[in-house]
Amino acid sequence: MTQREDRLIYLDNNATTPMDPRVLEAMLPYFREKFGNAASRSHKYGWDAEEAVERAREQVATLIGASAKEIVFTSGATESDNLAIKGTVEMLADKGKHVVTCTTEHKAVIDSCKYLESKGAAEVTFLDPDRFGRVSRAQVEAALRPETVLITLMAANNEIGTLHPIAEIGALAHEKGIWFHSDATQAIAKVPFDVEAMKVDMASLSSHKIYGPKGVGALYVRRRNPRVRLAPQMHGGGHERGMRSGTLNVPGIVGLGEAARIAKLDFEKDQAHYKRLRERLDASIRSRLDHVELNGSPEWRLPSTLNLSFAYVEGESLIMGVPRVAVSSGSACTSASLEPSYVLRALGVGDELAHSSIRFSIGRFTTDEDVDRAADEIVKTVTRLRAMSPLYEMVQEGVDLRNVKWGSSH
Amino acid sequence: MTYSNKVLDHYEHPRNVGSLDKNDPKVGTGIVGAPECGDVMKLQIKVNEQGVIEDAKFKTFGCGSAIASSSLATEWVKGKTVDEALAIRNTDIVNELSLPPVKIHCSVLAEDAIRAALSDWKAKQGAPQGAGTEKKA
Repeated sequence: MTQREDRLIYLDNNATTPMDPRVLEAMLPYFREKFGNAASRSHKYGWDAEEAVERAREQVATLIGASAKEIVFTSGATESDNLAIKGTVEMLADKGKHVVTCTTEHKAVIDSCKYLESKGAAEVTFLDPDRFGRVSRAQVEAALRPETVLITLMAANNEIGTLHPIAEIGALAHEKGIWFHSDATQAIAKVPFDVEAMKVDMASLSSHKIYGPKGVGALYVRRRNPRVRLAPQMHGGGHERGMRSGTLNVPGIVGLGEAARIAKLDFEKDQAHYKRLRERLDASIRSRLDHVELNGSPEWRLPSTLNLSFAYVEGESLIMGVPRVAVSSGSACTSASLEPSYVLRALGVGDELAHSSIRFSIGRFTTDEDVDRAADEIVKTVTRLRAMSPLYEMVQEGVDLRNVKWGSSH
Repeated sequence: MTYSNKVLDHYEHPRNVGSLDKNDPKVGTGIVGAPECGDVMKLQIKVNEQGVIEDAKFKTFGCGSAIASSSLATEWVKGKTVDEALAIRNTDIVNELSLPPVKIHCSVLAEDAIRAALSDWKAKQGAPQGAGTEKKA
């Protein structure tokens, strides 16, 4: 085996992305000579750091159609989600405590909502999406109550890439005067996302999903129509307009800013690249394998995400057979939990197919060769595993698996 | 998830993959598990006149540890008498493959598969012989 064939292929860009070299370059001075605290007002170290942070704030704001003053820097999208949800519920406690969200949200949203419920601070409606993973404006509208204070819906799903109709729901929220938060972590830099056009009042984003460093993110908080004020969840020196205390992570913020600048600059190029390679991967796999199902929406989907179920093959054994291809599985045994993906379950994908699912996510640095080799490896391994799958054998014999009486489960 | 070398070896070079004629009176077939649980094992044995298992085959839908457990099970039952095969315990498989706690269910399933195959063979012979062999998986 040549060294070239041995190279790892990274197709898990929804989990995290490698840093763009331009981002690293931009960050380096802020670890070294420009190490100042952005809150130091009495010397050049502080001024330089503050200037860099404000430039980054402008860059992030520009990417999502906001103004710089509306950007609150955080440690990442999980913190942003926590701040948006808990901060809203606490701030608007006198107005009501009903929250509307969806069962396929990221755990940072679901668990923040459940935490508030457990404390008696919120009542949460978890909407069930359709079989493509989408909720409609009508569905959200039907769930609203006079005491609803927040709608929170992700712009794009991390596992299947499905896009909710954010602009329609934003319009609804504004008609009703309800604050609208969107976890835009996966959508940013992959599909158009504009807080004005979409009437989003809060939006979470993360640096490491857009070729920036880990450990930094932002929350967009609208300042006008409506003016959103959040109860801080981190108390201290009153940084970030009092919404998020703590010395700013200057190098990280500079990295996020640069990543945002590049994402804006290269948006169309990146988007076309994702889509072309995703289609190439999909076609390459599906032209050679039968019984492959797409999870998510064929129409309303991130251009970079491809979630497929390879029927009659279990996901973990498939991943084990492609050790040089970095992808993730919605199957039981791969993650810490033994349950198949809750997102796929919410779509009504049977547990059997959920166990057979693989998520491929294309990135800026993915090449044609990466995609071709990944497809070859997947096809080879699925074929091999199907040859030893009793289910595939039964199906070939004409048995309908739904009519089989299976034994006890373990 | 990291796998032991033995699990990797069985996954990469599974022993005795395939099928025997399930209508052959000498063949016992056991199918255990369920697709929605992520594991289905089919294990088949062929027993000769002396009551010795002369061939065994498997097919498994499941994780690498499930494939390895069933591959190992076929290796172990071959050449054993029916009663000897019944003495194989899931803990033997756990030890041999160094399965972590979250994968113990794979070994349980393999033991169940052996028992189910033996029980099917028994039923074909018409009458129960010997203790323990009627036990259903």
